[in-house]
Amino acid sequence: MNNFTYTQADGVDNAVQEIAGHSEARFIAGGTNLIDLMKEHVMQPEHLIDINSIHLNSIEFLEDGRLHLGALVTNADTAWHPAVEKHYPLLSDAILAGASPQLRNMATNGGNLMQRTRCYYFYDTTTPCNKREPGAGCSAMNGYNRIHAILGTSPHCIAVHPSDMCVALRALDATIQVKGLHGERLIPIADFHRLPGDTPQLDNNLAHDELITGIILPREHFTQHYKYLKVRDRASYAFALVSVAVVATMEEGIITNIRMAMGGVAHKPWRDENAEQWLKGKPATQENFAYAADMILQDAKTFGTNDFKPALAKRAIVRACREATNIG
Amino acid sequence: MNNNTNYIGKPVNRVDGYAKVTGGAKYAADHHARGLCYGVVVSAGIAKGKILHIDTTEAMQLEGVFKIFTHENVSGLAWFNHSYKDMDAPPGKHFRYLQTDTITYSQQPVALVVAETFELARYAASLVKVTYKADAHVTNLTGNLDQARPPKGKKSGFKKPSSRGHFDKAFTAAPVTLDATYFHGAEHHNPMEMHATTVLYYKNGSITVYDKTQGILNTQSYVKSVFGLSGRKVKALSPFVGGAFGSGLRPQYQLFMAVLASLELKRSVKVMLTRQQMFSLGFRPITQQSLSIGSMEDGSLQAIKHEAVSGTSQFEDYVENIVNWSGMLYHCKNVKQSYQLVSLDTYTPLDMRAPGAVTGMFGLECAMDELAYKLNIDPLELRYINYSVEDGSMKKPYSSKALRDCYQQAAERFGWSQRNPEPRSMKNGHLLTGWGMATGMWDAMTVPARAKATFTADGRLTVGSATADIGTGTYTIMTQIAAETLGLPMDNVTFQLGDASLPYAYLEGGSATAASVGTAVQKACMQVRERLLDLAKDIPDSPFKGLSVAQVSFADGMMFMTETPANFIHLKDIMTLTDTGEINVTSTPLPNVFKQMKYAKNTHAAVFVEVQVDEELGAVKVTRVVSAVAAGRILNPKTARSQIMGGIVWGISGALHEESVLDHQFGRFINHNYAEYHIPVNLDINDIDVIFVEEQDDVVNPMGIKGVGEIGQVGVAAAIANAIYHATGKRIRELPITLDKLL
Repeated sequence: MNNFTYTQADGVDNAVQEIAGHSEARFIAGGTNLIDLMKEHVMQPEHLIDINSIHLNSIEFLEDGRLHLGALVTNADTAWHPAVEKHYPLLSDAILAGASPQLRNMATNGGNLMQRTRCYYFYDTTTPCNKREPGAGCSAMNGYNRIHAILGTSPHCIAVHPSDMCVALRALDATIQVKGLHGERLIPIADFHRLPGDTPQLDNNLAHDELITGIILPREHFTQHYKYLKVRDRASYAFALVSVAVVATMEEGIITNIRMAMGGVAHKPWRDENAEQWLKGKPATQENFAYAADMILQDAKTFGTNDFKPALAKRAIVRACREATNIG
Repeated sequence: MNNNTNYIGKPVNRVDGYAKVTGGAKYAADHHARGLCYGVVVSAGIAKGKILHIDTTEAMQLEGVFKIFTHENVSGLAWFNHSYKDMDAPPGKHFRYLQTDTITYSQQPVALVVAETFELARYAASLVKVTYKADAHVTNLTGNLDQARPPKGKKSGFKKPSSRGHFDKAFTAAPVTLDATYFHGAEHHNPMEMHATTVLYYKNGSITVYDKTQGILNTQSYVKSVFGLSGRKVKALSPFVGGAFGSGLRPQYQLFMAVLASLELKRSVKVMLTRQQMFSLGFRPITQQSLSIGSMEDGSLQAIKHEAVSGTSQFEDYVENIVNWSGMLYHCKNVKQSYQLVSLDTYTPLDMRAPGAVTGMFGLECAMDELAYKLNIDPLELRYINYSVEDGSMKKPYSSKALRDCYQQAAERFGWSQRNPEPRSMKNGHLLTGWGMATGMWDAMTVPARAKATFTADGRLTVGSATADIGTGTYTIMTQIAAETLGLPMDNVTFQLGDASLPYAYLEGGSATAASVGTAVQKACMQVRERLLDLAKDIPDSPFKGLSVAQVSFADGMMFMTETPANFIHLKDIMTLTDTGEINVTSTPLPNVFKQMKYAKNTHAAVFVEVQVDEELGAVKVTRVVSAVAAGRILNPKTARSQIMGGIVWGISGALHEESVLDHQFGRFINHNYAEYHIPVNLDINDIDVIFVEEQDDVVNPMGIKGVGEIGQVGVAAAIANAIYHATGKRIRELPITLDKLL
């Protein structure tokens, strides 16, 4: 770990001004990912701005009925919040599928959006990694890529975003509220995280001087038909090999609306609106879900030790859709 | 007499439990001293090559960095190879840290940064720039099987594979045959406590070393011989160890580093390895093994061939007993065995819980299951058909072998008789249930051990031996044995270990400690008994005059005449009335070698497992394990059960989760952290039922102790693989059985 300076911000504006003035500064909230990355010399910020004293720790309904999740509410408090449990059970399930109780007690909603890939090579500074050091090369491409991406990859990076919560947010069409020097902006979750392209060092579209202040969940609740399915190498405390978040509305066995987001397969939570569109108006059947899964996975590309992922992903999509639509 | 001091066989609580849960137990890195400084190790980023240059300029400029040790400035250490040999060293050229510019394995330590604080040392370590000239490395075992060769030299505990009869002929003639190849990758020990050493430096040049080790004498002798110090100068202590599983059998490099820095800087120094660096230590070797079995239609085995190839390092030949079990467990006249090594550019493998048996019995017991299906015979029945009362490799009867009872009791508890042998016969939606079983086997070893005992006039007994307690319960069972032998309350007895000044004990490993140190402790206490009786005879009008020690008993703090218990005397009174301050004895038990030579001495287990497999997603859940263990006399069913449960959990881990993945691009274990090196979490572990089938055995030692440290794990992985076959119809021969293998 490098030496760094440290300040505590007492408000959003103060935090934003502070970070704008220091190109090598980072915000720190729960620290569950950043501290690890600093210990392993993957990230070496010169300055840490502690934002834990900023009051972004409430969950409240907005006047229009949407739910606002403060950026500093812990993952645990979010998952167990009555409004989240009642109206967005998918989000509760997804959060509780991630990490461990200890981590969820520390980790914040904003931090969850910002967590970085668990790629083995990203973490091991003796190996080349384009995300850590642009231009160095990707070691995962020809290496051990069991946990790596099959969709939206680039020749520069095949890392995946490790979050469970963000997969649910993608299915729920959440909006990320951020504030920068030039005021507030709202970023749809679809546009928050990036694909690696030729800038794998960038995980998301947040500007350096911007702070996440909250997450807004739309009024559509999906309390009847939802499923978060996480497939992993042990029963708990492992990142997803593949995860699927499904929400749907149904009328007499016919799908009237469906959204399917996937984790563990791409550099960002993955959605394929074409497949969703195709399912609308069709009966909820194994065959239809399998067809939609094939649509989602038609461009899947594998790299050796993750060759099993398309088959697993297809089964996971079908299973999650079946369970969400109660066809068993 | 009430006899409230019988403790052997009772489920008493750990005597060190309170200290452990309240933080009173100090581990190697918990010790501190004024002026203590911290060392952080820099590890190599390549697997093979040369160090061209180590640039320490930037790191040395930081205030508070005292010294950076590298091969360029370390000298004056022992010259001969044997000086670097330790009690568990395999044959070869033992590694000398920081004494060469040659890189022989990835993560090889290349520098030690010593600074005033840990944080500073860690930061400075990140500023050390090492440039290498990398050479092509070889880390892939399966791609280099053509390089396999017989192992060189000897290692303690290693038995050369032995063939008998005429395998080729018998196998060709056998009506039913099976050939199968099994594989597993490397596993690192990863105890909760990472390896650490604190060295306290004194003005007179002497040091006290707190080390994480399974043999404090191993630590002390290594330090003495490598640094040329006399025994008087090196005090070595290791009272508490937070798990080791074999990783503490050899002196690990943090010991070398801490002593090096302490002697050079004349300061107290602490060196802790990181979790990532735990993957730079020894590991369970990568092994491919093949079995060929021929049998008659009735299931009787005619021929077994068991061949294994394991990886080792380029400088030492680590060996373990992998194939030997195939010549011991079953009755079979024709056995062929071979065991070979391939030198890889990795560090040397190291004994890990039930070394060799975990691997070899996985192969053998999966193969037996495969054969059972070929024969259409129940897998348990096939074991009964080939049950052996003698070790066929030595042609000796077992000193005791209650394996048949283990099979019966575990099968009964599990409900095995209800099993439909048809694979995929228990299906519920996408969930398939399967039942599998396997046998476990390990050695009942005795190693040299001595103990001393001091009984004082206040009625307190202190017993000590330079053994270790790595969480296994040594403190507790030794206290039980000592207290019962002298008839004292356990509260009056203190057992000491992990101190090189105590009487000799061999490494704590191989399940030998309970039997070996336990016998020494009992003997020391028997010697105290004799001394007490002798003293009692000196008391005027003593009723004990003329009695031999066989005619008296000890319980409840008193000595009795066995025939007439109304004649008794308090032990404290013996001391007071004879004006005796203390009694000191040291025991050196000598096993009855002539008696023991006639027998094979082993522990056995029968493991039955239920798995549930999600057929769509491949996920496996071990829903039920029943293990019946025959391991002689059980000293403490509570600590023994914990040992067996721990073994079973590791068996589940090895079967389903655990693997140190080698990236052959870099010759490096790449999942080197707890997030990606998977071991089971609570949610992965369900019902575990342990049955002890006690054996009376006066051959192994007077108390009939065999040891329980390893046996719990042996056979578990095979039972799980066999249950997965029963559930799914898929035979997976490569561990761990991750879900992709079942899709």
